[in-house]
Amino acid sequence: MDELQELYQQIVLEHYRNPRNYGELPEATHRAEGYNPLCGDRLEVMLRVREGYIEDIRFRGSGCAISQASASVMTTLVRGKSVAEAQELFERFHELVTGTGTVDLEQLGALAAFAGVREFPARVKCATLAWHTLRAALQQRQELVTTE
Amino acid sequence: MSTAVHSAQELRELVWQWRQDFPLLQRTVYGKPIVYLDNAATTQKPTAVVAALQHYYTECTSNVHRGVYYLSEQATQLYEEARRTVQRFLGAAEAAEIVFVRGTTEAINLVAHCLGRTRIRPGSEILLTHMEHHSNIVPWQLVAEQTGARLRVLPITPDGELELDAYPELLTERTAVVAVVHVSNSLGTINPVAELIRMAHERGIPVLVDGAQAVAHMPVDVQQLDCDFYAFSGHKIYGPTGIGVLYAKRRWLEEFPPYQGGGDMIRHVTFERTLYNDVPYKFEAGTPNIAGAIGLKAALEYIQQCGLERIAAHEHKLLHYATERLQELPGVRLIGTAQSKAAIISFVIEGIHPHDVGTVLDREGIAIRVGHHCTQPVMEFFGVPATSRVSFGLYNTFEEVDRFVEALWKVIRLFGVGGNG
Repeated sequence: MDELQELYQQIVLEHYRNPRNYGELPEATHRAEGYNPLCGDRLEVMLRVREGYIEDIRFRGSGCAISQASASVMTTLVRGKSVAEAQELFERFHELVTGTGTVDLEQLGALAAFAGVREFPARVKCATLAWHTLRAALQQRQELVTTE
Repeated sequence: MSTAVHSAQELRELVWQWRQDFPLLQRTVYGKPIVYLDNAATTQKPTAVVAALQHYYTECTSNVHRGVYYLSEQATQLYEEARRTVQRFLGAAEAAEIVFVRGTTEAINLVAHCLGRTRIRPGSEILLTHMEHHSNIVPWQLVAEQTGARLRVLPITPDGELELDAYPELLTERTAVVAVVHVSNSLGTINPVAELIRMAHERGIPVLVDGAQAVAHMPVDVQQLDCDFYAFSGHKIYGPTGIGVLYAKRRWLEEFPPYQGGGDMIRHVTFERTLYNDVPYKFEAGTPNIAGAIGLKAALEYIQQCGLERIAAHEHKLLHYATERLQELPGVRLIGTAQSKAAIISFVIEGIHPHDVGTVLDREGIAIRVGHHCTQPVMEFFGVPATSRVSFGLYNTFEEVDRFVEALWKVIRLFGVGGNG
């Protein structure tokens, strides 16, 4: 598989075309907006957190295939998880796309589809935008999160 | 235009000759010959420019306007020759009207700052257009904040042309300055600046023209245009980065206070008061970019040797060819379809984000720009977060356009058109 196919795996394209958990989340307890000044993409992540668990999550916005698919996959993975588990997943994901640390792809499930990103340094920010925004929402930071 | 010089075959042969002057075009990326289509961002450098820089650094390094020794006189001579070359290139009345700056951005900041101290007052209006680069918006915003002036904006049409009918009523007795882009970096539109200047001058309003995207693609004569200020960057016209030009009519340079203080811009300094140097030195505080100016001179001589009319004719053919070929592709929408365009094409493909287009093309060895091109108001107007942009230079070929279009087919096969439902 060449690097492009590695980057744009079927699962990535499929999430891009049919994003999961897309739209407004009524009764959100946490929300944050992410912004990538390089491409002008904006992303909003909304969460309903009860007793330390992410009961529900949605996102909306527009962006490239990598950022949209990453956001979509992220919502499917963190729903039902504890806040601490979500943070932990972010760490793993970050290591995966930046090529730091040793990540066990088996344990990452759908996130492993983003392993190809590390060959494209210019696209790491696209892949991590949703996760940075998730973290900001969980920390209840009000200001706009940017990838810079 | 003489048809003999512009026959298609002759132009093709010329372009292949010109290409030999640009070593970078010989290299490969990801094992493929590079196709460089981001000339609006910066251009490649011909060997003549690199040689001029090397000559200065290896043979003449010394400061200008200071030394009594041989080297310094030589450096000063080269630096001042560069100023005269720019003067002739722009058709300015005298070399003293050429101020060396870092680039277009600094030139605009200089004018905005100085007008802010002389002419812009509370209630003044600064007239821009909707297609300005951020560098011709933000300096004016800063001045407006400091002075209590406000920005007014000439609208654009869905084709990416200026809404000229709205222009006369935007020129009022409060208008302190008009600042307009000659060629839009994101739309490719060539604006009728001579007409805009004439109408502003009828009301006594000075006009600044941002020529960053114009000078490498068409002959420009500042006296014919009658603009008050004209700005461009060296690196977009095959010269070095970090050197640019502000042309200003002498009366403005005489009237303006200094922009920055320091060495070289003074005649006499005491702690009580300083007498400033003559124009243009009054605006060149500190050691200037000597090598940059010398490199710029080499670049201007290079493109004059190629012939700006020939370059324009060639790029025009490329523009037409690429525009036609792009329309073969499903889901392509051109952003910027003005009657009069320079060789810049912005486009979006339905359902495929420009960033993804850029990544796929990159792996094919094709360098294009994707993003908002520092013109976010333009992106907002067309309802897109970003576009893909190809911009041609004198060395681009029809074969490169073919490779670009083939690579776009690859993008479309990978994503499918309308992929994001």
